[in-house]
Amino acid sequence: MDYFIQQLINGVTLGAIYGLIAIGYTMVYGIIGMINFAHGDIYMIGAFISLVGFLLMGVLGISYLPLALFTVLLLSMLLTAVYGWAVERIAYRPLRGSFKLAPLISAIGMSIVLENYVQVAQGARVKPLPPIVHGGFELSAANADYHVTLSYLQVVIVLVTVGLMAGFTYVITRTPLGRAQRATEQDMTMASLLGVNVDRVVSTTFVLGAALAAVAGLMVTLYYGVIDFYIGFIAGMKAFTAAVLGGIGSLPGAMLGGLLIGLIEAFWSAYFSIEYKDVAVFSILVLVLIFRPTGLLGRPEIEKV
Amino acid sequence: MLTIRDLHSGYGRIEALHGVDLDIEAGEIVTLIGANGAGKTTLLMTICGKPRATEGAIRFEGADITRLPTFQIVRRGIAHSPEGRRIFSRMTVLENLQMGAVVADPRHFPADLERVLALFPRLEERLNQRGGTLSGGEQQMLAIGRALMSRPRLLLLDEPSLGLAPLVVGQIFKIVREINREQQVTVFLVEQNAFHALKLAHRAYVMVNGRITLRGTGAELLANPAVRAAYLEGGHTPAAETGP
Repeated sequence: MDYFIQQLINGVTLGAIYGLIAIGYTMVYGIIGMINFAHGDIYMIGAFISLVGFLLMGVLGISYLPLALFTVLLLSMLLTAVYGWAVERIAYRPLRGSFKLAPLISAIGMSIVLENYVQVAQGARVKPLPPIVHGGFELSAANADYHVTLSYLQVVIVLVTVGLMAGFTYVITRTPLGRAQRATEQDMTMASLLGVNVDRVVSTTFVLGAALAAVAGLMVTLYYGVIDFYIGFIAGMKAFTAAVLGGIGSLPGAMLGGLLIGLIEAFWSAYFSIEYKDVAVFSILVLVLIFRPTGLLGRPEIEKV
Repeated sequence: MLTIRDLHSGYGRIEALHGVDLDIEAGEIVTLIGANGAGKTTLLMTICGKPRATEGAIRFEGADITRLPTFQIVRRGIAHSPEGRRIFSRMTVLENLQMGAVVADPRHFPADLERVLALFPRLEERLNQRGGTLSGGEQQMLAIGRALMSRPRLLLLDEPSLGLAPLVVGQIFKIVREINREQQVTVFLVEQNAFHALKLAHRAYVMVNGRITLRGTGAELLANPAVRAAYLEGGHTPAAETGP
């Protein structure tokens, strides 16, 4: 039972991270109908900016932890958002109105560009970051043979994720920006006929998605303590799987999908085989696509006219 | 108010408008009638820059708007209730109306909402319902209401009668006249329902294959034998309108 609870904690933490990345996939898909394959690499960029940010904090001698975390978080979100914005501006916008496969190919190209850029700029070796957030709660009795720990970092990750997702849901469902976003998603032409600057709405979507991915990047850097230029690929694939599992285009779907993927991965690693955890995750993707192509919370494409 | 000169436009390599000249004066209701595929909707959409004009010029209140991005054209005071209504079906009626007010001063919103709901009391009952659940007539009301939320000076109306029961068509046309008279909104109405449209309009144009072939006052065209033969008799005749 203790072992189970520990995996549950690990799974939820992992799921929070996947969920944050998945939102970027699902929003971009919703609004311009493309899979942004460079999104995983945007997350990787976010992780690197965070790493550099923490080193900078060290150099500057800012040792008060909450301040350092918050500063790096803001810095990373801001700079990564610029990357997200630039990718859309450079690689996708000129192709809007082109054939459907064009932005997809461009996205793969962008993904390769970002990976290689970081590889060249930062080196191919794994970058370590010494643990910054120490300690945690002991959840099991002192004499138990298996100790369940809930680290402070896990608490921070889950709380930040929940907070961001709540805020984000509020923005999308209640604010004029979110309204314009949903309108553009449903009918881009009509939105522009009503005076919505559609290009700007699309840009905003990329900026928001990238900022959330940056948060995920930051948390992964802290959680695992090692990053390299290639982490975006596998995390991106898994977050994409999460978005598809939840129903691509659906915001709550992405959150739910992320959580499920995190749990599946944690439990599979714990009870079956850690080598095959990715197989388990991607098998889920295959099964979902076969039996429920619209995902758990997705809606069918057919609509009442 | 709106001046269109030698306008060419189309989709890809297919040209749909071959040199259209058209004028709309402030305060008028102008209608454009014509058969399916004549280019009526293309003309309305080209005014808003979707698709873009390939040749010719569109001037609105003296300013050239031919090359402006769509959202900027709309911000100058043109509202569009498009073909097929294009209601945001997964958003509520209220949200649809809020989208209509994107370009308006937010301080006007409560008053504008009240004004539109007074015109279409049915919408008030459905305010929190999703757009997609409305009936065709209600969706049309919502499309017009949404367009009015921006306080337009020129309202482009594309086939508001399409697919609606005759009774509802009558209602909608009555409201269009009211909007024009009481709120001083200039209306450019595209219709296949020629009889109703010509009766309503101050002036009218007939479009055939992407060209304007006839122009005149509504009454003149209503009496024109060619128009009668092509668009009224055997089509939407008054008798047919009162049928089941």
